[in-house]
Amino acid sequence: MIEVEHLSKKFGNFTAVNDISFSVKQGEMFALLGPNGAGKSTTIKMLTTLLKPTSGNLTLNGHSVTKNQDATRKSFGIVFQDPTLDNDLTAYENMQLHAVMYKVPSREIKHRIQELLTLVELWERRNSLVKTFSGGMKRRLEIARGLLHHPVVLFLDEPTLGLDTQTRNLLWNYVSNLAKEKEMTILFTTHYLEEAEANASRIAIIDHGKLIAIDTADKLKTLTHTKTLEQAYLKLTGKDLRDEAVDPHEAWRSRVRARNMR
Amino acid sequence: MKVIYILWLRQIKRYVRSKSRIVGAIGQPLLFLLALGYGLGSVYKAAGQGNYLEFLVPGIMAQTVLFSAMFYGAMIVFDRQFGFLKETLVAPVSRFKIMIGGALGGATTAVIQGLLVFVISLALGFRPHDWLRLPIALLFMIALAVAIASFSSGIGSFVEDMQGFQAINQFLVFPLYFLSGALYPLDHVPTWLRIIAEVNPISYTVDAMRWAVVGTTKFGLLHDVIALSLTIVVLLVFGAIRFRHIEA
Repeated sequence: MIEVEHLSKKFGNFTAVNDISFSVKQGEMFALLGPNGAGKSTTIKMLTTLLKPTSGNLTLNGHSVTKNQDATRKSFGIVFQDPTLDNDLTAYENMQLHAVMYKVPSREIKHRIQELLTLVELWERRNSLVKTFSGGMKRRLEIARGLLHHPVVLFLDEPTLGLDTQTRNLLWNYVSNLAKEKEMTILFTTHYLEEAEANASRIAIIDHGKLIAIDTADKLKTLTHTKTLEQAYLKLTGKDLRDEAVDPHEAWRSRVRARNMR
Repeated sequence: MKVIYILWLRQIKRYVRSKSRIVGAIGQPLLFLLALGYGLGSVYKAAGQGNYLEFLVPGIMAQTVLFSAMFYGAMIVFDRQFGFLKETLVAPVSRFKIMIGGALGGATTAVIQGLLVFVISLALGFRPHDWLRLPIALLFMIALAVAIASFSSGIGSFVEDMQGFQAINQFLVFPLYFLSGALYPLDHVPTWLRIIAEVNPISYTVDAMRWAVVGTTKFGLLHDVIALSLTIVVLLVFGAIRFRHIEA
């Protein structure tokens, strides 16, 4: 469902993603782990057409991500790390706008919105402006919106950041059901290793732009002779703290801006 | 078409819901009308130029459309900061449709603001020269609004914060506005200033508005219409090209 072949991305001299290859099968829940600045978000940006790779091939649902952008865009849904809702529209209006942009047939729009908003328990609040929502409600709305056009692949970039335990639990239950029942392919990133261990069928660990391990949680533990995934992760990525907290894409753009100012 | 419509509608809904934006955008032209209209009116009359309010109203209407349409670019900057821009950029919709839908929405709100200013000036005692020309004034306002909203989408697509956007406003839009003849005649200014005024597209819009609202023109209606048409084409192309390279 997702094929990544020799993917690289350079920002000036800095290599954010360095020759990464992996593939994800249909119905799989795949976790992408790594310290801040490792290249997770850059990889997702390239898979979701927001950023062009420097080299390598990307295929999603049979479409070349770089050559056939619109077909790719229709195939996936995404929940970004930061909210991407229009706060001055209601929940229903945010959903409706998405449905129209993704060409959901008009006669189905209302039904699908009701079904999804009910599922994430926001139907009662459909006519409230999104700016009145809590962080958890916004995240639930974003997930409902990401599913509105029936994508075959769902990207979740740190979907549970800042959410309470109840919301996280509901979210993972729902997402793993999508993978099991609808055979949806899920690719997610997280810093909570227990979430990766509990939900992912396979885990890829990237660091400094390179893929350093890819396997099931159990095999990663065996491989590193450790007892927990956290120990395995720390053994693979080291205990050093990372300075690259900023998105390398963002950092590169601000360097270019600074240079242009001179 | 549906995509353009829903993105247009988004701008309208946001506008109608933001009372402070409506009031704020009326405040500035009202201040100009009152302060300049009453403040300079007597000087203008003493200089033998006639009724200053008549001179001023079409200029202020153009000003309102100009700055309201410019504000649309700031909305793109906000969309980037609040993340919504990403949602539109991963959607299977061409960048051109996204730009046109939003710009038409921004242009519509700008025209509404311009009409509100016209109503206010009626309350201040202003009367148009010929009511039948009002639909033509409306056309000119729409043309200016579409041109400037396209321009500001182009600017908004690469300016990353409000400060950058304000800089463009301060160093480009304000000077062009003050050199457009909207507030005072530019017949007796130094030659270099007059040249700027004569290549300034805003001058022709102001002149066209003055023809439609008070019946006088400096460049002639034909020149105004040609200049305004050229401006729309150039700024639409500029906006579309810049917006194609927009990054979330």
